[in-house]
This record gives sequence, structure tokens and C-alpha cells, in this order.
Amino acid sequence: MSTAPATVDGPLITADGIPLKESLQKSLRRSKIRAVLLVAPPLLFLIFLFIIPIGNMLTRSVDDKLINEVFPNTFEAFEAWDKVSEPSEEMFAAVYQDLKAASKTEIGKSSVRMNYAKPGWRSLIKVTARKIKKMEPPYKEAFLKAEGRWADTEFWLSLGIMKDKRTMGYYLNAVDRTYDFDKNVIHVDENRKVYNLLWWRTIQVSIIVTLACLLLAYPVSYLLATLPMRIANLLMICVLMPFWTSLLVRIVAWMIMLQQNGVVNDTLVAAGILSDENRLAMMYNFNGTVIVMTQILLPFMILPIFSVMKTIPPSYMKAAQNLGATPTLAFIRVYMPQTIPGIGAGCILVFIVAIGYYITPELVGGKDGRLIGNMVAYHMQRSLNWGLAAAMGTILLIVILVLYWIYDKIIGIDNMKMG
Amino acid sequence: MSNNDHLVRFVDIQKSYDGESLVVKNLNLDVAKGEFLTMLGPSGSGKTTCLMMLAGFEPATHGEIYLNEQPINKVPPHKRGIGMVFQNYALFPHMTVAENLAFPLEVRHMDKSEREQRVNRALDMVQLGAFGDRRPAQLSGGQAQRVAVARSLVFDPDLVLMDEPLGALDKNLREQMQYEIKHIHENLGLTVVYVTHDQSEALTMSNRIAVFDDGIIQQCAPPEVLYEEPENAFCANFIGENNRFLGEVKEDNGDTVKVEIENHATVVAKKVNVGGVGDRSTLSLRPERVTVNPEPGSVPNIFSGLAEELIYLGDHIRTRFTVLGHDDFIVKIPNSAVHAHLKEGDTVNIGWNAEDCRALDPSD
Ligand SMILES: Nc1ncnc2c1ncn2[C@@H]1O[C@H](COP(=O)(O)OP(=O)(O)OP(=O)(O)O)[C@@H](O)[C@H]1O
Ligand SMILES: [Mg+2]
Repeated sequence: MSTAPATVDGPLITADGIPLKESLQKSLRRSKIRAVLLVAPPLLFLIFLFIIPIGNMLTRSVDDKLINEVFPNTFEAFEAWDKVSEPSEEMFAAVYQDLKAASKTEIGKSSVRMNYAKPGWRSLIKVTARKIKKMEPPYKEAFLKAEGRWADTEFWLSLGIMKDKRTMGYYLNAVDRTYDFDKNVIHVDENRKVYNLLWWRTIQVSIIVTLACLLLAYPVSYLLATLPMRIANLLMICVLMPFWTSLLVRIVAWMIMLQQNGVVNDTLVAAGILSDENRLAMMYNFNGTVIVMTQILLPFMILPIFSVMKTIPPSYMKAAQNLGATPTLAFIRVYMPQTIPGIGAGCILVFIVAIGYYITPELVGGKDGRLIGNMVAYHMQRSLNWGLAAAMGTILLIVILVLYWIYDKIIGIDNMKMG
Repeated sequence: MSNNDHLVRFVDIQKSYDGESLVVKNLNLDVAKGEFLTMLGPSGSGKTTCLMMLAGFEPATHGEIYLNEQPINKVPPHKRGIGMVFQNYALFPHMTVAENLAFPLEVRHMDKSEREQRVNRALDMVQLGAFGDRRPAQLSGGQAQRVAVARSLVFDPDLVLMDEPLGALDKNLREQMQYEIKHIHENLGLTVVYVTHDQSEALTMSNRIAVFDDGIIQQCAPPEVLYEEPENAFCANFIGENNRFLGEVKEDNGDTVKVEIENHATVVAKKVNVGGVGDRSTLSLRPERVTVNPEPGSVPNIFSGLAEELIYLGDHIRTRFTVLGHDDFIVKIPNSAVHAHLKEGDTVNIGWNAEDCRALDPSD
């Protein structure tokens, strides 16, 4: 081939001699700038409301910097210690130095952290810090005089858990495990285990609620999609009603319905189905959480399924029957497969909301209807153990991401129709 | 033709959706075995409704439909064994083409090897042998249409219904598909009930055409009869082009009538669908049946016309005249020496036979 086209050898050139690529880029630049400007506001929104908080949560869940900054000398002396002999004068001197140098809030915050490693640290530090000004060397004697517990080597040994700037301790706590003083992972005492049960219950409740929602939502969505417009609209208003009433109103309504002397129990007893002493416990327990969450989350299932069903023309069902399938078979083989994107979206949506739910369980769950979300809220608001709360939050996030990943593998995320 | 040759019979069928108005008014129609019958009519005339009643998706409000002489009003759609091509094809989007075709065989519990064999045969018939693994979304309109036809035939139904199957295709493809469907009909000896509102499609494909209007069959006849001998003004007007005069019958001579039209001229016409003297009538005359400059006395109707507009169409010249006060009188003049003399603004004699001018009902 002697007359190969020139374009094969060199770069393509436009009429005015500039390489084609370059002039193409130039012409694209303006539209690129416009695109960037258009996405800037939502991007900023995303950064400030999602990416930064989530990043913050991730760092907080492993962060152990503060204590290392407040007690640098102490940890140095600790590293030099053989962990067997009595704590030496130098070690007490180091603690003295650190306590003297630190501000009151720093001491307060880090003592709270130290208390997670070994209960008792907080009061120990608090009492000692109060007397630090009047202390004279030798410090060992002075410390022991101020607080006899300084003789307990366990306090010293527990420093080993905190000596690194990063810790997995919060994650371990979140699944009922902890470090021993040599940083081995061990189970917490049987009577202090709480979280594993809660995780398990949370998953259980989320699955039950998701399935219950699916079961209830599917026929309702089908009606919504097939009934004449006027009736369907009315039904849609009923479906969306939960969005319009306040959470508290709804929960009071459920209380009236479900409590021991509530409408449901009274009706069942009056109808002779239940005897008076066997009234069902449907409130302030596991059942209460499941029932009320199902009702609250139902619209999240109905809407995506409905919006998918709405797009399925009735001619498919007709065609299937015309080809010889009974109405039931036509529904299963032809209609249902086409609703899978809606089912998938609805299930994922409900499951994700359910797994992090805490207000409803708090109000109607009683003791055995509490979920992991309640623990996160508790550690955020009451105990102020933000590290643990962040670790739990991160685990929830990971569960959700794994779910998405599985969904993507099985159905394909681009197949999901949220509405 | 004896009754036994009828595959489908509609007997006194009426249909109302809302209980207030009849969408189909007293339909009586027989479809013979092997026939290609087309329901033709304007939008909203009840064609789809008839098809849906036959397929079993709409109950008849009154009357009975017979399939193979069995009443089928109470037979559910899936037991009727009627093939159907839907207007939007209704190919199942979550199944491949082959799975779509296998579906009717599967629900009939046919075993796998036979199923595959039949699916392949059906695909070959519509020249889509290599497309079995595609999804419907990956097909062009014409291909999807063929798959729909193949699917309606794969389980060997005697009767196939098609509701405007070519409506979504462009003109060339539509014409090609018309021939393909026609060939399949002939090769397989099928009975087809076909719905369209495209009259040329109806004329090319059908053995018989049932012209629907307002829930009533206006006429049901083979294409040539429908064109040559329309029985009422609606059919004359709906199928092909025609010139119309409205007038009053003045004289009834048995086979012919004399009709006086608005400006007191009298036209001799064939008596087809009029009462007696004094009734009003629509005269219908095909543009190609009009002669320019006829020999005096050769035809009973000769009037002078003013040529308003000439359009050259190759094989003929389409000419618009003003005749008897109507300025929309169309004449198709064959492309011969005659037109050389005719120019716009000329006044010439034009004439036609009584035989070609049909005196019909006075509707609209
Ligand atoms: N499901 C229905 N409910 C109520 N009215 C209907 C229904 N289907 C059709 N109609 C009415 O019945 C009449 C006939 O409808 P049909 O669909 O049979 O017309 P068609 O001849 O098929 O028209 P087109 O050529 O537009 O398809 C119309 O007036 C229509 O509004
Ligand atoms: Mg129709």
C-alpha cells in the first residue's frame, strides 16, 4: 500500500493547520467551564453536608490523638517501664509534668477517654489534678498520698491500650469486644455484653420490616397502578398520609390501637377470640417496633414499586394470556419480573432507613424493642462517647455499602428505579 | 359457502363500556376459514373493541361470538388459542426474542427440543434466525414487528388477530411488511382478522374488508367490489376518491334514476341505495370514470366544465373542474393526446355513464 492516507501517520489537522485534538479541546473548554459552574452549588452542598461529616465520623471512630498529646511524658515513661516491677519515681514525675502542663479541659476530656480503658481513671485523675499544685518531689509518695489507687499497677498497665494515636478500640466495643492490657482482642464480660444483641436485633427488625412492607406494598401498588385515576388518587392520598401527620400523632394513635387496653385488644376480647387475661402485648416491645416501623416505612416501598408498575402497559398481561398463560401465570412470569427494579429499590430504601431508625423504637420499643440506632443516639447525646457512636455509625455505613454492592452484583444498580 | 366453513361468527353483538352509549351496534359478521378479513374504519369506530371481544379481553354486552361453531363468550382468553399481534407488539422486555417465542410453547408444556425446533422455524420464517438472543429493546421497529408476528404464529393458531400492526412503521417498511404478512397468510393457510385505518393497506392485503363507522359495519365486501360498487355514501367517500353531488330523485326508472341537483341540472344515475321519487340522494362518481369531450349522445350525462387546475402525475393528469356549480370536481385524464389541448381556464364538455354514477343514501 503505497498510498496510505496521511491521517494514519500524523495527527489530524484542521483547515487552519492546528491539530484537530487541540482545537477540539479549545471548543470544549467553554462548555466544560459552564458545566463546572452548574454543578458547583450542589457539589459544595455535597461536600459540606455529606463528605466532610462522613470523613469526620470516620476519623473520630479511630482517633486516639488527644490523650497522647496531653500525656507525652507519661507514655514515654510507660514505654521505658518493664511492666512487671513497681512503677518508679520517674514515671510519677512524668505524670506530674503532664498534669501540670495540661489545661483543665484537656485533663477532663482525656480522663474520660482513659476511663473507657479502665474504669476508675477519671476520678483518679480528677482527684490528683486538684492537688497537683501543692505537690513536691518525690512524686511517688505525693501521688500515693493523694490517691491510694496509684499503687494499683492495673492503671499503669491500661496505658498500653491508649499508647497509639489510632485505635480500633471503639469498633471492638461496638461488637462487644475490647483490648486487654497487652492489646489482644478479648470478649467483654458476659454481663456487659449489649451491642451484639442489638446489632442482631436491628438486622432482624430491618429484615422483618422490609419483608412486611414488601408484602403490604405490592398489592397496594398494583391497585394504585391499575385502578381508574380518580380512585387511585384517593388511595395515593391515604398512602402518603403518614408523611403529612406528625410522628408523635402517629405514635399516639398506635398507642391507642395497640396497648393492653387498646382498640385491637378490646376488639379481640369482645369478639371472643382472646380471653381477657391473654391480651396481646403489642406495644413497648419488639412487636411494637416492628408494627409501627412497618407502617411508617410503607410509603418508601410503595412509591418505587408503584412508579415502576405505572410504566408497565396492560398489553403485556393481555399478550401473555393471549399466548396461553393463565392470569396467575401471566402475572408471575410476565408482570412480576418487570417490577423487580421497583422491588429492589423499595427493599434497599426501607432496609437502609430501618437499620438506622431510632425515634420509633425509642418511643414504642420498650426494653426489647431498642435498636442499634438508639445506642448511637445515646452515645451521642448522653454518654458523649462520640468515638463509639462514630464507630457504630461507620459500621452501619459499611453494612449499607455492602448491601448496595450485593444489589449491584445481583440486579445491577442501573436497574434501580427510585421513582 | 356453508356454515361449517366459518371460523368466526359474530351474532348480534352489541358492546357498551359505560352503559350509556353503544360502541358496537348490532354486529353480524362471519369470517371464513383461510380468509384475510380487514376491519377498516375511522378512529373510534369500534374496530379494536371488536378484536378485544374476539380475543376475550372485553365481554360482549349482548350477543354471542362463535369460534369453530362453539360459543366462546365464557371461554377465558388463555383458552381461546387465538394468535394476536398487538399494536405496540407487547414483546416481553425481560425475555430474549427466543424466550418470547418459547413462552406460548412453555405454557403449553411442550418439551424442550420441540420447543427449540419450533422457535427456530418461526424465526426463520420472518428472517430473524440470528436474532434469538437479542432483547426486544435491541431490535429495530421492523424487526420487533416480525418477532411479534412470529410469536403470534409459533403455537400454530388457526386464527390470528392483528391490531394496526404496521402503524408504527415508516411507509417503505410498511409496504414490505404488508407483503410479508400476506405471504405468511397464504403459505400457512391462516385465517387473519386485521385492523387498520389505512385504506390502501386494506385494499392490498384483504380478501374482504368490513368498513366500520360509528359501531356499524357499513359494508363488507372484497376490495374490488367495495371500490367499484360502494353501497352507501360513507363507503364511497372513505375508500378511494370520489366526486359527489347532492340532489333529489325526480324520476325512477327501475335500474336508473334521474336526480335533480342544486342548479336544476338533471343527472342520470344507477339506482343503488335510494328510495323513490322525492327522496334525497348522494351521487358518487369515481374521477377515472369521467370522459373529457365525449361523443355527443354516447353517454347520458354531458355537462360543460371549466378546467381550474391541472396537475401532471406522469401516467395521468389530475384536473380540477367546476361542474354544475361544484368547484371540486376531479377528473383523472389518462396521459394521451387529449390533454395537449386542455389548459387551465378552458371550458370543455365532460360526461359519464349512468352505470358509473351511483345514487346512494343522502348521509351527511
Ligand atoms: N376501555 C374503554 N373504556 C371506555 N371506553 C372505551 C374503552 N375502549 C374504547 N372505548 C371507546 O370505544 C370507542 C371505540 O373504541 P375502539 O378502540 O374500538 O376504536 P378503534 O376503532 O379501534 O379506533 P382506532 O382506530 O383509533 O384504534 C371509542 O369511542 C372509545 O372511546
Ligand atoms: Mg384501535
